[in-house]
Amino acid sequence: MQRDKEKTDFKAVRYGVFVISVLFIGIGIVNQEYWEVLQKAVRICLECIGIG
Amino acid sequence: MSGMHRDRVGEKRRKKISAQRILQVIAVVLVNGYMAGFREGRIFAGRSKAFCVPVLNCYSCPGAIGACPIGALQTSIGSRRHFPFYVLGTLMLFGVILGRAVCGLLCPFGFIQDLLHKIPVPKCKVPIRIDRVARYIKYMVLVLAVFLIPALFVAEPGMIPPYFCKYICPAGTLEGGLPLMAANPLLRELAGALFTWKMLVLVLVLAASMLIHRPFCRYLCPLGAFYSLFNRFSFYQMHINRQACIGCRKCERSCPMEVEVTRDINSPECIRCGKCRAVCPTGAISAEFAGTRRALKHLDIE
Repeated sequence: MQRDKEKTDFKAVRYGVFVISVLFIGIGIVNQEYWEVLQKAVRICLECIGIG
Repeated sequence: MSGMHRDRVGEKRRKKISAQRILQVIAVVLVNGYMAGFREGRIFAGRSKAFCVPVLNCYSCPGAIGACPIGALQTSIGSRRHFPFYVLGTLMLFGVILGRAVCGLLCPFGFIQDLLHKIPVPKCKVPIRIDRVARYIKYMVLVLAVFLIPALFVAEPGMIPPYFCKYICPAGTLEGGLPLMAANPLLRELAGALFTWKMLVLVLVLAASMLIHRPFCRYLCPLGAFYSLFNRFSFYQMHINRQACIGCRKCERSCPMEVEVTRDINSPECIRCGKCRAVCPTGAISAEFAGTRRALKHLDIE
């Protein structure tokens, strides 16, 4: 049974998730979501370092 | 196969492991390459911080040149302006390509835990019943602290504190808090009860790392929990050759994450560190990217 499990073909899931993730990144770039990430990341995050 | 030949196989595998250790060092240097930050007590503010690194690495670490994906995800969800396509897509991409190899080969905090576990103190084995249940805590941390609380329980959109980073993450304290405070007296003055709590969490995790292998990765890390969802079908996979396996279970005894290698080699708990491959006397275990039939496998045997 375990051998069958290992032999299960995950190819479709693998490529499906790959395509979805690339699509998500593309949508995020179009929405300019990276600015939000940048704005948070270039300032010292006081919560993260334990100051609050 | 002769004993000498097996030894030679084992020796070659061990060399591969040391190459993986080098990979960890390279990853640490690459994601924390802004040395001026450590000297001057400030963080990097360049545009590369718009990109999420694949590993748990605080963006307030003075050396960090990219964004922490978990911090970015909480911020993106908490903003409530949109679905977090960009950060989630980035995490999914790393997950589907590497799975938890990110944890085993690239994560700086995982590397620190690996090093601490090398300190020669008596090691503990968590009772299996407790261990199996406790491993689900990281999924709860992922769902509650990273997704649900920012999405549902924030009064004012955009004002979300990153709950995981604030109350749980020891990497932020170690990589961000301590170096920044060492170089910046103003920050030292601001440290209060929260910092004491964060230091307590950090000390507990670091102390536990000496006794148990990678306790943070096993039980608490939401990033590890996320990548574990991809382990079974990621492009990077572990393989076991059933014909070559002699059932000695050396792989299972050597596995730092206590994976049942012969039963479930691509378990969500496998961090693809390669220790099983290194100790396998017949070279039955290999790692490869899907679609490639390269030959780490059986080259030495056939």
